[in-house]
Amino acid sequence: MNGFFDIPSDLQHTWLGLIGLHLREALLPVLAGLVIALPLSQLCVRFRWLYPPVLWVTTVLYAIPSLAFFVVLIDYTGQTELTVMIPLTVYTLVILVPAIVDGVRSVPQETLAASTAMGFGPVRRYVQVQLPIAVPAIIAGLRVATVSSISLVSVGALIGNQGALGNLLNDATIYNRPELAWNAVITMAVLALLVDGLLVVLRLLLTPWMPRRAHSTPKAGRPDPAALALEDTAR
Amino acid sequence: MNILNFISNFFSDSAHWHGYDGIPTRVGEHVQYTLEALALAAAIGLPVGLVTGHYGRGGNALSLLATAGRALPTFGLLVLMTLSLGFGLINVMIPLVVLAVPPILVTTYEAMRSVDPSPVDAARGMGMHEAEILLRVELPVALPLILGGLRSAAIQIVSTATIAAYVSLGGLGRYIVDGLYQRNYEKVVGGAALVALMALVTLAVFGLITRLTVSRGVLRVN
Repeated sequence: MNGFFDIPSDLQHTWLGLIGLHLREALLPVLAGLVIALPLSQLCVRFRWLYPPVLWVTTVLYAIPSLAFFVVLIDYTGQTELTVMIPLTVYTLVILVPAIVDGVRSVPQETLAASTAMGFGPVRRYVQVQLPIAVPAIIAGLRVATVSSISLVSVGALIGNQGALGNLLNDATIYNRPELAWNAVITMAVLALLVDGLLVVLRLLLTPWMPRRAHSTPKAGRPDPAALALEDTAR
Repeated sequence: MNILNFISNFFSDSAHWHGYDGIPTRVGEHVQYTLEALALAAAIGLPVGLVTGHYGRGGNALSLLATAGRALPTFGLLVLMTLSLGFGLINVMIPLVVLAVPPILVTTYEAMRSVDPSPVDAARGMGMHEAEILLRVELPVALPLILGGLRSAAIQIVSTATIAAYVSLGGLGRYIVDGLYQRNYEKVVGGAALVALMALVTLAVFGLITRLTVSRGVLRVN
């Protein structure tokens, strides 16, 4: 374990400082992605023809390797954190937009009709009915987006030490200290799992009406045959 | 739009079209890495997802496993492998497989769970074996979703296989990594454009596979 937490001085951060930096570089893009994805998804729900082209564009953008994306952006935003955060924001869209669209579409028609009948306007109906019911799907998307974002930040190490914990990987090769690479990989994995766990807790807090099962998606599994039989007799 | 200039310069330079660093060679290498990684990931993810989905057990364990797989940073794994194993294809394949297994596994499981139970019960009532039910009743119905999972895994691999170049291997990542170190941004943008193009081709290929393998009745229902 010698030197495991012995961070080379060229990174100008302690281990905890790198963790803070890493979280900032990984989580801000997810937030930004959510802010973009919410209205975009609403447009896709409202105008059905818009959904396929949006999916195509986000998929192609998602396919651009992060390193190339960073390098192209250096021209515009320099070797900064922002250069790392813009591609990560774009990458989250390919996960968040379908998740939100599916979530909002899963709201039953009669629920919408009932809320309209109760005098909800379109905006209030969206905020108070559609979004809450879509929360499980949105959080499922956020979990995947956040975890992959935490993993992708490390590639920023290749454009002038903008990769937070990823910079340890660089230093591990330069100084031939493999324990730094172990530190980086383990720390990133644990961070990802912790943030993922926090999102699960957030979902439990936001959806007290859901059955308490460790299922991330609100997809109905097979209905219980006994319950079906009961329903049959009840009819 | 200097990016468009970069792209047109890159593709019009005849030096990029032949030799060991020519576009055909690099595309060939990239396709090879992608197919190998996808085959390995599918060999792990598909059977496990199909069987667990059929019996409807172990969904929570699977999602934990998938989260753990996603949490392992691909680039970090690559550096770690290279530091401990030296240079080679195996240390590119392992991170790529770790990246691709979670989407395949989770989507396959969910696809199997979403199959309407009534035909499955009918098949069981007709005396089909479990394996027969899985392969002849559930699989055809779940196929579109399963292919969707494979497709997103394939796109991720196409994009991420560029890291092979960072540890001295070939593929389209060569242009990106070399361009970065040579300050030749034309190369970087050209390489990125090729990768994006390959992702589009991947989408098209999966569209074709879906059309050829999914039964018309299932497509009509969806």
